[in-house]
Amino acid sequence: MIDGDGSTDAATAAPSPAAEPALVELRNLSKTFGRTTVLKGVSLEVRPREIHGLLGQNGSGKSTLIKILAGFHEPDEGGELRIRGEPVRLPLRPGQFRALGISFVHQDLALIPTLSVAENLAVGRLARSERRVVRLSGERRRARAVFERYGIDIDPRAQVARLSSTDRALLAIVRAVEELRETAVARAGANVPEDDAGGAPTLLVLDEPTAFLPRTGVELLFGLVRSIAARGAGVLFVTHDLDEALELTDRTTVLFNGAVAGTVGTRSTSHRQLVELIVGRRLELLEPEPERQRHDQPAVSLQHVSDQVLQDVSFDVHRGEIVGVASIVGAGSEEIPYAIFGASPSATGTVVVDGRAYDVARLTPARAIEAGMALIPAERARDGSIGTLSVADNVTMLTLDDYERAGFLRRRGLVRGAARLGERFDVRPNDPRMPYTSLSGGNQQKVVLAKWFETRPSFLLLHEPTQGVDVGARHQIYQLIRDAAAAGTAVLCASTDYEQLALLCDRVLVLARGRLFRELTGTQLTKERITAECLAALTGSSLEQAREPA
Amino acid sequence: MTDDAAAARSPGARGPRRLRDAFPASELDPGRLLERFGLLIAWGIVVAVFGALRPDTFLTTANFSTIFGSQAVLVLLTLGLLIPLTAGDYDLSIAGVLSLSAMILAVLNAQDGWSIGPAIVVALAAGAGVGAVNGLFVIVFGVDSFIVTLGTGTVMQGLVLWISHSNTITGVSSSLVNAVFGIDFLSIPLAFYYGLGLCVVLWLVLEYTALGRRLLFVGRGRRVARLSGLNVSRLRWGALIAGGLVSAGAGVVYAGTTGGADPTSGGSFLLPAFAAAFLGATTIVPGRFNPWGTLAAVYFLVTGITGLTILGAESYVQQLFYGGALVFAVALSQITRRRELRDADAA
Repeated sequence: MIDGDGSTDAATAAPSPAAEPALVELRNLSKTFGRTTVLKGVSLEVRPREIHGLLGQNGSGKSTLIKILAGFHEPDEGGELRIRGEPVRLPLRPGQFRALGISFVHQDLALIPTLSVAENLAVGRLARSERRVVRLSGERRRARAVFERYGIDIDPRAQVARLSSTDRALLAIVRAVEELRETAVARAGANVPEDDAGGAPTLLVLDEPTAFLPRTGVELLFGLVRSIAARGAGVLFVTHDLDEALELTDRTTVLFNGAVAGTVGTRSTSHRQLVELIVGRRLELLEPEPERQRHDQPAVSLQHVSDQVLQDVSFDVHRGEIVGVASIVGAGSEEIPYAIFGASPSATGTVVVDGRAYDVARLTPARAIEAGMALIPAERARDGSIGTLSVADNVTMLTLDDYERAGFLRRRGLVRGAARLGERFDVRPNDPRMPYTSLSGGNQQKVVLAKWFETRPSFLLLHEPTQGVDVGARHQIYQLIRDAAAAGTAVLCASTDYEQLALLCDRVLVLARGRLFRELTGTQLTKERITAECLAALTGSSLEQAREPA
Repeated sequence: MTDDAAAARSPGARGPRRLRDAFPASELDPGRLLERFGLLIAWGIVVAVFGALRPDTFLTTANFSTIFGSQAVLVLLTLGLLIPLTAGDYDLSIAGVLSLSAMILAVLNAQDGWSIGPAIVVALAAGAGVGAVNGLFVIVFGVDSFIVTLGTGTVMQGLVLWISHSNTITGVSSSLVNAVFGIDFLSIPLAFYYGLGLCVVLWLVLEYTALGRRLLFVGRGRRVARLSGLNVSRLRWGALIAGGLVSAGAGVVYAGTTGGADPTSGGSFLLPAFAAAFLGATTIVPGRFNPWGTLAAVYFLVTGITGLTILGAESYVQQLFYGGALVFAVALSQITRRRELRDADAA
């Protein structure tokens, strides 16, 4: 069933509407940069009405494959591309994908935040239009009609910056599909009926569209993607998230080291099988850890912590304990780490670390660090690291004083120190002078962990510690966190990845409307139970206040 | 398997470990070397070309003495600008500060009869004061530094016209003139060595102290720096004050060079300083504002201008050169950044 050479054999094993020709067929694509081969004979086909997952670790070749389709990279000789059975000459010119009926939605969505929804929807058409006068009322009407067709509730007059992250993602996807439909209509020269398959796009490529969405948003987005596929389009869904691939896709192609590790019918594949394809080896470390020895006196105590969302939150974290905080987005869990680290201006309350009490209102990150806290933020690129500097600069940011002798930095010592850390945290490749951004997401996160672990924190605050991290590195990061706890650190982890919380934590606190709602321990720590409790917090009147802020 | 083989063939993979440690493959790459020293090579070419065209006027000690000595003010001013730029803030008030400091010195020393020492102290304090005011608006009120310093720079120009009654004031102490331009060392006026000295100091501070690293962290990632416990406000404010102080120092040297102060000429330094800072950021340590790159950029630009002037070009060549250099340098750094992104992408 799993065939390293290509998708054709495996495809026969998958349930499929095999009678129809594939919409898009890639055959034997390779790509070499200098001496490095990043794609090795990749074949893949997407059929009509199929949602096809593309999985793989960072560096497995996913983005290179997408960029070949976008005409950004030239593939090596010998590759083939067929659209609806017709061969297309490679390499594609940049932008040629539009004429082929292919559209991309990247993680950044490419919306203009200061403009309205209707204007954003019309951007592509206005850019091509010959008309000079634009009637906004007409654009709004058109937008309303489009949203209605897809069953989406967004106000066309709203400014995009004020939309929720979910609505922004939906808007970007609808826009991508609509632009293709309009080009098709324009080319046909006639009014193609709105539901006619002739106007349907060939292929919609979604590149990690769910990375920053709350769970409810992910479901809305899946609904939209399914309805687009149902109208006849093929969808290529690039993701890190196995659960999403399992839930949404019909078939999934997994890349490993630039080659196809397998194309599988998603329904007949287990989570574990996918993981093994992705990491290229059998896994034994997926089981939850046995109970650790827990130290008894609390190292950390939060007392009456409040901010704009949080209301009077109090709890203890013991030495060596990993406590998770969960809630639906906007109900407070993701606020806690920043509030007690002095990074949230409106926070009040008291936090006790190692027997000393600190007034949260007067805490700054500098004082929090002195107190023994460390914060690993979710938005790595914005808050956790400086992408334009080297790995060494990033990893030694907090410990520069250790490398100073007589007022001067020992630059070689600094690079050596960074290399030692890189080895201990298994950063690959371990070259501290490399620009930070040239590392993959998982290795970037290991650098951030190394940076903060070097301060030997007694209280470690984590917010989505494995966001944008591939499966292999994810387990290494879990292990690093467990090791820190075993060494006596108190750990607090805020996450909307409930599976992760179930796997990692000794105890999970669920918040509702900024208040503590439930404490889960022992056998209660399952993904399903945490999800259920988070949703249970969303009842009646709480729904209004706990909604994701628009 | 194939990866390993490829890695073994790549340059830098073989050879003693220590050598690789000191020079990672990326730094020995000929393209990188060309990028690092490209401006110095270009400078050499410019000198060679003008030397060949006008050996008797261009290739003279007097000419180089002029080139090195006359631009000390620009070197100092650009190095001052480098400090806030490293911390991520623009400072467009540097030219106004230069005029102000030169004029305060001239008024106090030449007109009011103060001795030169206290006059210099007041001039420098004024520069630091302007930096502090800039910091007040930028940090406390959160106004964009570009706007704030555009405003305060213009206010300074106004103050200069006011205290000088729009007159040029000459006759500052000859001891200052001597200390700046009267005495030569190796046929080059002392002013050049002040620029050189500051360059060394800034280089050491920015590259080899924790303070310099922290300034860079603040400039490149303000949020990250704050969450990493750095006192971002204090560092930015300090950088603006230091920038003002050094600009005022450039004003003192300017007064020494010209023997006085005129109310308007400071403004002509603003664009050259930015051009040199940005052009300097494309060389020696590409992608980073750096003192040695700045020094190279200043003298590259001036050599070109001097050469063209000797060939008979008129003063318009200055604007062409400085304006063009600024746009070219910023464009070049954009291209570099884009290429690096693509390299990172391919890795």
